[in-house]
Amino acid sequence: MIESLQLLIDVSLLAFLVIIVFASIKMTDLFAVTMLFGIFSFVSALLFLDLDAVDVAFTEAAVGAGFTTVLMLSALRLTQPYENVKHRHSLLALFIVTLTGAALFYGIADFPAMGDPNAPVHQHVAPEYIQLTQEKIDIPNVVTAVLASFRGYDTFGETVVIFSAGVAVMLLLGMGQVKHEQEPEENMVLWVVVKPMIPLILIFGLYVQFHGDFGAGGGFQAGVIFASGFILYSLVFGEMYARRVMPAPILPRLAALGVLIYGVTGLISLLFNKPFLDYTALSSNPVSGQHLGILLVEAGVGLAVFSTILLIYYSFSGREVNHNE
Amino acid sequence: MMIIDWLSDICLLLGGILTLTGAVGLLRLPDFFTRLHAASVTETLAAMLLIIGIMLDTGLTLDSVKLMLIILIMIIANPTITHALCRAAANGGTTPEVEQPSKSVTQTDLQNSSDNEVKTETEISGKEAK
Repeated sequence: MIESLQLLIDVSLLAFLVIIVFASIKMTDLFAVTMLFGIFSFVSALLFLDLDAVDVAFTEAAVGAGFTTVLMLSALRLTQPYENVKHRHSLLALFIVTLTGAALFYGIADFPAMGDPNAPVHQHVAPEYIQLTQEKIDIPNVVTAVLASFRGYDTFGETVVIFSAGVAVMLLLGMGQVKHEQEPEENMVLWVVVKPMIPLILIFGLYVQFHGDFGAGGGFQAGVIFASGFILYSLVFGEMYARRVMPAPILPRLAALGVLIYGVTGLISLLFNKPFLDYTALSSNPVSGQHLGILLVEAGVGLAVFSTILLIYYSFSGREVNHNE
Repeated sequence: MMIIDWLSDICLLLGGILTLTGAVGLLRLPDFFTRLHAASVTETLAAMLLIIGIMLDTGLTLDSVKLMLIILIMIIANPTITHALCRAAANGGTTPEVEQPSKSVTQTDLQNSSDNEVKTETEISGKEAK
């Protein structure tokens, strides 16, 4: 009964995803399409949640539904709200899409069934990780152990990717600036409600940051949540005040500092004749060394993600609106 | 224990029904503001009932405290979001598609009400197309 119910939920969520995709292709109102993208992210977060991938669902909800929607709206402000519809249908495009789709469907045939314990992905390194998490790292959340310790190299790479994305956006768009000191529209209800909300969001961000060892969360999610507090402040009270609290020129330095914390944590273990990012070198007790290493690395990730996200937001929202180009 | 289970079931059922009515209202009601009203029922009362139902089911644990916090935030945040949306729509020039209270309802108005409905629908779609 429960299994068939779960199957029903999975199928209906997937069906929703397909419907949203078709709707966003068909619609020409870009504002509505942006909202549909947000809904798409929320539905896929639900799907991840249903598949017990809580950390991924968390990231998807925070980044996909939260931050990306704000970013899309900022970009939409710079352009026209409607799509230029082309009434031209390319047969070649249809052919290529059909071919790719057919190839993908053909590929599904070789997939292992969902949740199959004998699938290669569950036989390769996963059992080792699950066992060693208990023995060597001793934290309840295996995802954090895999992300920060076993796969520390990969996560370092991801952090560098996020940092370079921020740098690339900064180089392309600049950090933006608020020239005319534009006061936002007076809205007392919004101000009164949002003001006490922001410290709660920031505290929640810190909770997610430091609770990642025990439950869902970690540096990536915490960075986004922390940045969203500032973005909310900027949206409701005006960007110039947000830039006074967290000036844009600091942000690239903070992002670099985050990557630096990660890298230096790895280098310290090199100094003690251990491999790069082997946290057992950080303390006399290997397990507490692992804890310390994960804490430092997650802090670096959180800092890098927070400042990169806020920097990208500033770059988009600080652009001058010019419809007459 | 039995009573709590029953209460939980009643809360969940009521929440489900209200969600459904909210969805129907969102699809069927004539203009933006009445649709928003339908949606706001879903996101305050229905969501609250659903979470209270889950809380009664889990009992007094850390999880139910977290659910309590979610309810608190929802009570504050969701009506504010509805208010902000409403205000943005009003500032953007969306007017309620209902008869103004200053205008007295005459016999001809009542007779033409079916025509009015058709007109409002076309007006809405015209606004959306803009």
